[in-house]
Amino acid sequence: MTIRLNKEHVEEMKRHGERTYPNECCGFLLGIQQNGVNILREAMPAENEWKEKINRVETIDEALPAASRQEEVMKRESQKNRYWITPEQYRRADQYARDRGLGIIGYYHSHPDHPAEPSGYDLDHSCWPGESYIIVSIEQGRAARLNSFTKPDYESFVQEEVIVENT
Amino acid sequence: MAVSILIPTALRTFTGGGDAVRVEATTVGDALDALVEKHPSLKKHLYNEEGQLRHFVNIYVNDEDIRYINKTATELKEGDTLSIVPSIAGGLTNIKEVAAGEVELDRDEILRYSRHLIMPEVALEGQKKLKAAKVLCIGAGGLGSPLALYLAAAGIGRIGIVDFDVVDFTNLQRQIIHSTANVGRPKLDSARERIAEINPHVRVDTYETALRSDNALRLFEPYDIIVDGTDNFPTRYLVNDACVLLGKPNVYGSIFRFEGQATVFYAKEGPCYRCLYPEPPPPGLVPSCAEGGVLGVLPGVIGVIQAIETVKLILGKGDSLIGRLMLFDALKMKFRELKLRKNPECPICGENPTVKELIDYEEFCGVTHTGEVSVGADFEITPAELKAKMDRGDEFVLVDVREPEEFAICRIPSSRLIPKATVPERLHELSSADEIIVHCRSGVRSGQIVEFMKQAGYRKVKNLVGGILRWSDDVDPTVPKY
Repeated sequence: MTIRLNKEHVEEMKRHGERTYPNECCGFLLGIQQNGVNILREAMPAENEWKEKINRVETIDEALPAASRQEEVMKRESQKNRYWITPEQYRRADQYARDRGLGIIGYYHSHPDHPAEPSGYDLDHSCWPGESYIIVSIEQGRAARLNSFTKPDYESFVQEEVIVENT
Repeated sequence: MAVSILIPTALRTFTGGGDAVRVEATTVGDALDALVEKHPSLKKHLYNEEGQLRHFVNIYVNDEDIRYINKTATELKEGDTLSIVPSIAGGLTNIKEVAAGEVELDRDEILRYSRHLIMPEVALEGQKKLKAAKVLCIGAGGLGSPLALYLAAAGIGRIGIVDFDVVDFTNLQRQIIHSTANVGRPKLDSARERIAEINPHVRVDTYETALRSDNALRLFEPYDIIVDGTDNFPTRYLVNDACVLLGKPNVYGSIFRFEGQATVFYAKEGPCYRCLYPEPPPPGLVPSCAEGGVLGVLPGVIGVIQAIETVKLILGKGDSLIGRLMLFDALKMKFRELKLRKNPECPICGENPTVKELIDYEEFCGVTHTGEVSVGADFEITPAELKAKMDRGDEFVLVDVREPEEFAICRIPSSRLIPKATVPERLHELSSADEIIVHCRSGVRSGQIVEFMKQAGYRKVKNLVGGILRWSDDVDPTVPKY
């Protein structure tokens, strides 16, 4: 698989990752699919809605009175290393794309102080084959590498070709 | 009702490019069936192998998520719009966000770990993470031995070990942290000394206790990762549940005969042990290593896989075994891998957990303490009494219900081998008119058989108390114990 995008898209995603650092940023890739190539027309920022309620702090908290535990869980598993895009945001982005004759062809997110490689968690929580998953690594607040991945099946991610056009 | 279903971009290759499909249906379930009937190749992208909607797929009717209406039975009106809406999440797998600045390596340590330090995947940063890490090993036995040795050598800063056993001669075939000279000493002492020999920089904390529901949380609390090297179901469920409640990863391994398994259960990122096995097997169905035996080298392979996974979790590198069960067959020399799914209805890590604190795991697993059956004094005989009978020349039948492999190791003279599992079908070989004495290794299996024969109407049947082990102690020390 291949994704075509332009320099401005790359800059927008990198700047988004730098803005949210040390938290992860995330967003939608809007565009079209043509002959097995994903063509990006707009990188649309989304809100990272990763919250306590989906990382099951309640259970941990209830079982154990130690107040420090909740803090620890939040520290370890927070927006610093998690993102979540709610179905509501997806529906809004999908409508926005449809209105412009586009579709959601994938997603992007940042890895603060971590390589631009997908984690096992990324794979388990990603969607359909054929979509592009762009990861931007942000090192000490500065954007570094940008890679894109796709799923040939439900078992693995493979890196895909990124063609950056000048316009 | 005519309704339209909006198709996500990624799935339009399966609808001939159409971004919406119109179907006739009265409920959401009907609409999805009609969609899949029209475009069969969509099926595998909406449903998993078990025929359930994939976990990231949500279905909306107009503005509402069907989960909050009537799920797939939700009724449709003419002109409704169904949307297939994914929820997307992702992020890093980083068990420990170790502030590597908190620990330093001295000159000795830099030399000691030099083969790590020159690898980009570890380097100084990673070695500091290892030093800052705290790992608790449950058990210092077959799996715990290679595990603790390698974790210590790798430079884990703090290793805890829970065990309450003493070193026995039968351990030495596989529990390589213990030496012959340490037979009879607590396993914890022997393990602590061996670790200190390998790497004096490691802090070792030992807990001489059985792991129980009333101490597990307190013991696990200070540690980042728990490694399960136990061999029984109650402890496995206990380790799992305590790890889920505390939000800690459980690096799991198990061994039997020539086969082993390993995975990482980490409920925050994947399935837990209960997602894989919601219910324990009936007691006695799965034999332990003590009953079934184990290839001595096998725990080396599985324990080392657990050690590797532990190190990877700490470093935050590579693909962990979260969500994957490795199966190893030493006879075939093959590794296989099964994908494990998180069960949304899991009683402890699912969406609506019912288990919110630790329970009585022995009761949960139906464990009756030793499996020992009390047959009553009238149905028992001691080895000394049996010897006296033999010397008097009394008439009786001596039945050995052990396995043929055990029979080959040692036997009591004049005994007849009828392995326990074959007794019911071979009962006709035994006359209820005869006096019958049944024995096994320790008296447990033969006690069950005596009870079984009593039920079948045999009155003159007796269990040899303590089995061939006590025969060796009390009557004939030339009979080897095993």
